[in-house]
Amino acid sequence: MTDQPPVLEMRGIMKLFPTGTLANDAIDLALRPGEIHALLGENGAGKSTLMNILYGLVTPDAGEIRIDGQPVTIHDPADAIARGIGMVHQHFMLVPVLSVAENVVLGDEIVRAGQILDLGEGARRIKLLAQKLGFEIDPSTRVDQLSVGQQQRVEILKAIYRNARILVLDEPTAVLTPQETREIFEVLRRLRGEGASIIFISHKLDEVLEIADRITVIRRGKVVGSRRPSETNENELAELMVGRAVSLRVDRGRSHPGEAMLEVRGLRARNDRGHDVLQGVDLSVRAGEILGIAGVAGNGQEELVEALIGLRKPTAGTIRLAGHDLTHALVDERRDRGMAFVPADRHKYGLVLTYPLDDNLALTRYGDPPFAGGFAGIIRNFKAITANAIRLMKEFDIRAPDPKTPAGTLSGGNQQKVVVAREFRHDLRLLVLDQPTRGLDVGSIEFIHKQVIGRRDDGAAVLLISAELDEVLDLSDRVLVMFRGQIVGTFPAEEAQREKVGLLMATGGARA
Amino acid sequence: MSRLRRAAGRIWRVASIPLLAIILAFIVAAVVIVVSSVFTSTGLDVFLPLGAYGSLLAGAFGSGTGISNTLVAAAPLILGGLAVGLGFKAGLFNIGVAGQFLVGAFAAAVVGARLAGAPGVIAAPVALIAGALGGAAFGFIPGFLKARTGAHEVVTTIMLNNAAVLLLTWAVNDLVRAPGFSFPRTGDLGHSALPILLGRNVHLGIPIAVLAVFSVRWLLDRTTNGFEIRTVGQIFITTLTMTLSGLLAGVAGAIQMLGVIGFYAPGITASVGFDSIAVALLGRSDPIGILFAAILFGAFRAGAPLMQIETSVPVEIIDIIQALVILFLAADLIVRRVFRVRAAKPVISELATVTRTWAGGAPPGGGA
Repeated sequence: MTDQPPVLEMRGIMKLFPTGTLANDAIDLALRPGEIHALLGENGAGKSTLMNILYGLVTPDAGEIRIDGQPVTIHDPADAIARGIGMVHQHFMLVPVLSVAENVVLGDEIVRAGQILDLGEGARRIKLLAQKLGFEIDPSTRVDQLSVGQQQRVEILKAIYRNARILVLDEPTAVLTPQETREIFEVLRRLRGEGASIIFISHKLDEVLEIADRITVIRRGKVVGSRRPSETNENELAELMVGRAVSLRVDRGRSHPGEAMLEVRGLRARNDRGHDVLQGVDLSVRAGEILGIAGVAGNGQEELVEALIGLRKPTAGTIRLAGHDLTHALVDERRDRGMAFVPADRHKYGLVLTYPLDDNLALTRYGDPPFAGGFAGIIRNFKAITANAIRLMKEFDIRAPDPKTPAGTLSGGNQQKVVVAREFRHDLRLLVLDQPTRGLDVGSIEFIHKQVIGRRDDGAAVLLISAELDEVLDLSDRVLVMFRGQIVGTFPAEEAQREKVGLLMATGGARA
Repeated sequence: MSRLRRAAGRIWRVASIPLLAIILAFIVAAVVIVVSSVFTSTGLDVFLPLGAYGSLLAGAFGSGTGISNTLVAAAPLILGGLAVGLGFKAGLFNIGVAGQFLVGAFAAAVVGARLAGAPGVIAAPVALIAGALGGAAFGFIPGFLKARTGAHEVVTTIMLNNAAVLLLTWAVNDLVRAPGFSFPRTGDLGHSALPILLGRNVHLGIPIAVLAVFSVRWLLDRTTNGFEIRTVGQIFITTLTMTLSGLLAGVAGAIQMLGVIGFYAPGITASVGFDSIAVALLGRSDPIGILFAAILFGAFRAGAPLMQIETSVPVEIIDIIQALVILFLAADLIVRRVFRVRAAKPVISELATVTRTWAGGAPPGGGA
């Protein structure tokens, strides 16, 4: 297999952005037929730029692309598609109000008698393709009614429908649950079996080791190594990626829990569809303790977080922070009492992407001194806002040209650092972390984990919710398992083994 | 130097598309003028657009009277444009400026007529404030409805526009009709009229409008309330924004009433309301941008009569130019292609507000 000539070769690809970033510095990449080739690198390493060049979205400054040995120039995505390249972007490019079939055929419709759209034929083909890839899909379903994992499969179908032989997936697992990840891996393996060649972009080491036939690591626009999964391990890959030795396991140190800081009793809440998804949650987090909540996504964790921070009204129960009843308090009031929150979706809840960094770093306290003052306290103090930004950028190693840079232009890791820097105040009592490291590279994860432990040691109570079981197990001093809206088990850190917790997550324990 | 250049670059980034859209609109309108000249007695005249645009320019800026007329026409558009632009900043599309303008004008007319005999220092400000409050009250209604029930402001403001016209027609017929006139209208303003500062018609409303530009700018950029308007769409802010928007529209109505029209009568035109939307879009919701856009549209209105007199090109060509400007703003890809502009950012966010509020529809905090 390795001796076959590559289907795709990229040679000496260079790209210098007008901002002065050398995104790709003489990158070579060879993709062999029927292989899953992982492209591994930190956020901002240049993986996406390289793939955008391949897809005709970015013009390279130098370098050559060969398909089946023939040099080609790719002007735009239509060119790329015509040459059998398919791309599944990290943020899906689907029309939510159209059906699966309509989305898939869009731009490549089957027409009869001149102008009449033959959706039936398209739907039939889609069903066949899906079966070949090992999953079921109803082509008439509207896309906005599908889960994220299903939407991703629609994206893959879209590419395969256009006869893609080379499929590029940009961070396909960043938005998926572990279960969905396993399913998509199955689809990818089937695709490989059908003869497709796949480029799999990721920064998750375990996934890359599991799925890839070959791994190419990129750091700061350069290829720094290429390995087979059998010849390497997570530690070596992490070191290649970051450029220094990284501790993948957190050194949590000893915790010194104090008195109970957060106390939740009998908390009940409904989800948006009106179902009772929180069915009497009792928990307490002590000062100086990290409490992790493990659970399969969709067992009420999201609603629990929203009820805690004040975005969802509980139907029963109480929430007390340091003795104060905050069950029905407004978000502002909770913040004033020392509650802080790092959301899972930093784009939607954590940042205003079009605003500069300095505004984002003061976003939750823009109306308090020193950020506002003067007449009736409504005059914004830009000096204080900028000074705050400069201080936090330094303290949290946020890499941006200046405090006026729009938050949306930063890499994912830096964006998350902005949220963390804003939320990790010194007078913190309770820190609610909802998947704080989702989509981040190992370097950023290490940094954020250290900060979390630092705040715990300063005496804050930390509540951690994460779909990554490993993160919960690594970071928590105590682990709760949530199942169907209830807490079904508690483990001290030393007794929380992966298998035990995992079993309880899956079954709820049937209350032995 | 580099600072100056950066500033210039920044201005170009936001202003290039509007400026080029205007130029393109003039070019396309020129074609219309040439083609339509075929059907006139003079026959085909390729140079007619040059003459027409020359007269337009002369009419708007060529004399003291022209400049005053431009400013007088621009003043209500400035305020109306600010009203629409403020809404855009909060993600709200206030189509109700027309109605709020009329309510403001009516309130100013009625209160002004009542105080006609009082000293001007009291009468004019009180009438003006009455107009502002009338507009604010009329803006509060859709804001409150949106915040409480989620009723879309586009629907409610359009309906309220009609409600305003009919309600005020009834009011001026049956409630406040001044005696001694052959048609229903409010009484003379007397001392309530805004003082004329310069020439024949440059009234106090013009500096008020300019002052409003800088007040709104200050509100948006410098205060926490402005930050909230730009950032969050919570209940209180939605209501506040629509009320403030209505207030600005009300002031527009009031200065027009007290400085130009003089009395309220049924059938009074509220074209300012719709031109204001165009002004806000052209000014990209930026108060300074709105100032310039309003002056441009004011100049169109002031210069058009001279154009018609001198070149027989009908004043309606102005409506075509205005419509084309908005068309090219919406379809900015055309502008980009024609002028090969690459630097500026695509998608004018104001237009995104217009479309997104329909498609997305999710109130803040809703959704998954």
